[in-house]
Amino acid sequence: MRRRLPEWFVLLLPAFIVIAAVVLIPLIFSLYSSFTPYKLTRPSTLWRWVGTYNYQKILTDANFWAAFGRTVLFLTIVLNVELLLGLGIALMVNRVTWGQRTLRTILMFPMMFSPILVGFQFKFIFNDNVGLVNNVLQSLGITDMALPWLVDGRLAMFSIVFAEVWMSTSVFAILILAGLFAMPRDPLEAAEVDGCTPWQTFRHITLPFLMPFIYIAMTIRSLDVARAYDIVQIMTGGGPARRTELLWTLMSRTGYVDARMGLANAMGYVSIILSILFTIYFFRKLSAARAEIGLEG
Amino acid sequence: MDRNRTHRNRRRVLAWMHFFGLFIVMAIICIPGLWIVLNSFRPTVEIMAKPPVWVPSFTLDHYRAMFGGAGEGGVPVFHYFRNSLVVSVTSTVIAILIGMSGGYAFARYKFRFKGGIFVGLMLFRAVPGVALSLPLFIVFARVGIIDTHFGLILVYVAMNVPFTVWLTDGFFRQIPGELHEAAEIDGCTRWQAFWKVEFPVARSGVASAAIFAFLTSWNEFALASQLTRSTGSKTMPVGLLDFTAEFTINWGGMCALAVLMILPALILTFIVQKHLIAGLTFGGVKG
Repeated sequence: MRRRLPEWFVLLLPAFIVIAAVVLIPLIFSLYSSFTPYKLTRPSTLWRWVGTYNYQKILTDANFWAAFGRTVLFLTIVLNVELLLGLGIALMVNRVTWGQRTLRTILMFPMMFSPILVGFQFKFIFNDNVGLVNNVLQSLGITDMALPWLVDGRLAMFSIVFAEVWMSTSVFAILILAGLFAMPRDPLEAAEVDGCTPWQTFRHITLPFLMPFIYIAMTIRSLDVARAYDIVQIMTGGGPARRTELLWTLMSRTGYVDARMGLANAMGYVSIILSILFTIYFFRKLSAARAEIGLEG
Repeated sequence: MDRNRTHRNRRRVLAWMHFFGLFIVMAIICIPGLWIVLNSFRPTVEIMAKPPVWVPSFTLDHYRAMFGGAGEGGVPVFHYFRNSLVVSVTSTVIAILIGMSGGYAFARYKFRFKGGIFVGLMLFRAVPGVALSLPLFIVFARVGIIDTHFGLILVYVAMNVPFTVWLTDGFFRQIPGELHEAAEIDGCTRWQAFWKVEFPVARSGVASAAIFAFLTSWNEFALASQLTRSTGSKTMPVGLLDFTAEFTINWGGMCALAVLMILPALILTFIVQKHLIAGLTFGGVKG
């Protein structure tokens, strides 16, 4: 008689099959092709093995390292700003006594926007000629010439960070707000009776309770940090003169415009490892925070 | 007396600052979206006007051009809308079914390497779309499912399964195991016990997983832009690019399509918004 597969395995099998077909197999293929000089225009190059040549090439490429450093810096700034703003917004909304539901609904608004739409939206708003920002600044007489928001390297980076923060802060705000709602009242009252200052109450009671919620938000965000690709691709395309080039735009340019798939896939692996490290880091933080407030299990 | 007054004044200032801060935040959240909506109703001349025109006039030209002018260099909006709808809805339904069975397995069964498999599953979600689009493009071209609904649906299902597993796992775990045992003692099969007892309890988790899956597929660009080529399979995020030419962008037309793109997501989110927050927090904290 044939042994039956365990039930859990049968239940998980569809998930395994789909992910293997769509993610795992292409990833194995791209791992292989990152060791070849594969060019889309010349299929025969797929069968030439060049070892770690592509990796050596990107590791000595200044452009690549600039993009890599910029990506890490970008993620650090963006995630921290989003967290702080989200925390601030959640605390403010939590104190509101009426109309809270409406405010919460408005907060959800940016979550529904497609990243590419956010990109276009801010490309429009920051447009140096017809954009809202410049029109307002010029009409109010703050500047008399148009600020080159998306043309100057620094201003472009600022615009992109602004767009990214606009899009993703609400994830933090909404989750932290949910944490504030779930918070028990007793410790807060006890703290007040014992004469804690508002800051002490926040630092030692509210914040530790909110930590798991903050890490959930971080974990969810870290799963799709690469969504920033859509925004950058639309707003500046990595320009001007590579000033806003992130790992992802560099990769897609190398792959699709220069058709050097082998090299692009090698870069892809670096970016995959970067994403995975982010995710693992926050997953660990999340389970540690859960254990701390005793919700494990 | 005096101390009372300064105290009251300070409170008033704080309350005012609180109101002001909230107002600024809400304005920053709302204005970009409203600006898009407003501009979809303004004639192009006015959008491009220098110095800017602040009193908007009203026209439906962009919508008329979008829906009517498929022939004369217009954008086949109906096709894009239909493609988006077909791809998103189908992939959401399939991802929910697959993800729910996976989440149930994690919540109810004990097996070896459970934690490892779980994290491994999540890591597949973390693979950036751009990095995946390069090899997928080549593989799909070989298999011949590039530029089809099927290919895109397959990709979105795989993208959404891990997150669905995560959310539904948290929800099923909250349901006490005695519930389905009681149902089985009363004569239900395990299958019936699931659909009649456990599924209704976890419904809000499933709803929130579904809305996230839908939004992800509806809004996805990095993969869709490489895996679709013709009007037969292009989705709306990719269609937005049709309004950009080499050096100019048809802002008005783009805003009109943006409005069309955001409406379904908006309506759907409002319908299930209650579940959305509950789903995220409970699925995550207790999971």
